[in-house]
Amino acid sequence: MYVVVIGGGNVGYYLTKELLAAGHEVVMIEKDPARARTIADELGSIVVPNDGCEGRYQAEAGMGRADVVAAVTGDDEDNLVACQVAKMRFNVPRAIARVNNPKNEALFRRLAIDETVSPTRSILGVIEHEIPIHDLLHLADLEGGEVQIVEAQIDGSSPVIGKVLRDLELPEGSTVAVIVRDERAIAARPDTTLRAGDKLLAVTSAEREAELRSLLIGE
Amino acid sequence: MRVIIIGCGRVGARTAAELDQRGDHVTVIDVDQRAFNRLPGTFAGVTVRGSGTDEDVLRGAGADLAEMLMALTEGDNRNALAAQLGKHIFGIPRVIAKINDPLRAEAYRTLGLETICRTVILADALVKAAVEGAEASGGAVLPPTAEPRQGVPPSGSRAEAAAASEAGAIAEGA
Repeated sequence: MYVVVIGGGNVGYYLTKELLAAGHEVVMIEKDPARARTIADELGSIVVPNDGCEGRYQAEAGMGRADVVAAVTGDDEDNLVACQVAKMRFNVPRAIARVNNPKNEALFRRLAIDETVSPTRSILGVIEHEIPIHDLLHLADLEGGEVQIVEAQIDGSSPVIGKVLRDLELPEGSTVAVIVRDERAIAARPDTTLRAGDKLLAVTSAEREAELRSLLIGE
Repeated sequence: MRVIIIGCGRVGARTAAELDQRGDHVTVIDVDQRAFNRLPGTFAGVTVRGSGTDEDVLRGAGADLAEMLMALTEGDNRNALAAQLGKHIFGIPRVIAKINDPLRAEAYRTLGLETICRTVILADALVKAAVEGAEASGGAVLPPTAEPRQGVPPSGSRAEAAAASEAGAIAEGA
């Protein structure tokens, strides 16, 4: 696969190194000439020492035949513009952007960036898994965020303990799909009784999410 | 009209002041509190300190109600991001992004953004002034308002030769 990596910080550097080791063809664009030289000294002459947001340097990096572009600089705006230029001018099939402000993910998706990776959100997710929380945990966004897959941890204070699923008045557009109990996933049936310690995986619309939260977790 | 201006540099401050003067509701956003010192004392709009590329800051600045957004910072990419946030997340009807690189400005027009490119405006005005004179540039190139103070021209310069021939002409006339 031919991959163009934009940004030669730590993420870009290790990404390029791993891709090369896996046998892919990689070119990196890094605008700081000193940093570009350091990387070229180590990884070979695969670095274009210029601004990866500019069409002409993307052309120089062979963006026209790239299968994937990965924009991984520390600045969201640069990653957005680099991906947009790659998609608009060079029709790159797959654009991946690093997103530092998790709030920007929705915008990037809307602007036809195929994949976003947010280290901030990932770390946040790990932390939220570790400490008890009184909120729904977001697992995935579908349809540009309109539909959400969430996890609800049923602890001792939840109002639904002892109730059967059939009796829950779930908000419209919301479904409990799977229950994780004793580290095993079981299908959610209408007659399943909920217990403390259950984790419910539910699908909900973004606008009814708050309702679902107060129903399952309480205030 | 409710207008949000991102970037209170010289261009942002002046645009904000003029729209405010016209009676528009102007909110200016800048990361640097001191940038607001560029606004005149009469400015009646709102200033918000923060990043104009941050959704929360924009929301706090009233982006939900804004009818126009102008992204006028010094960073082309920053302006492109802010303008697209305004358009796609907040649904602001008109967004204008200042893009100094003409190639990029062209590319962003195809994404539905109005763009203004200083490079193109300045170059056009300068060419017009060079070919047709300052008056023809529509106020972009301003003619001087006073004669330059006369001193002694450096020796060997064209100005010295012109002064000498002028002096000769005056002497002949007398």
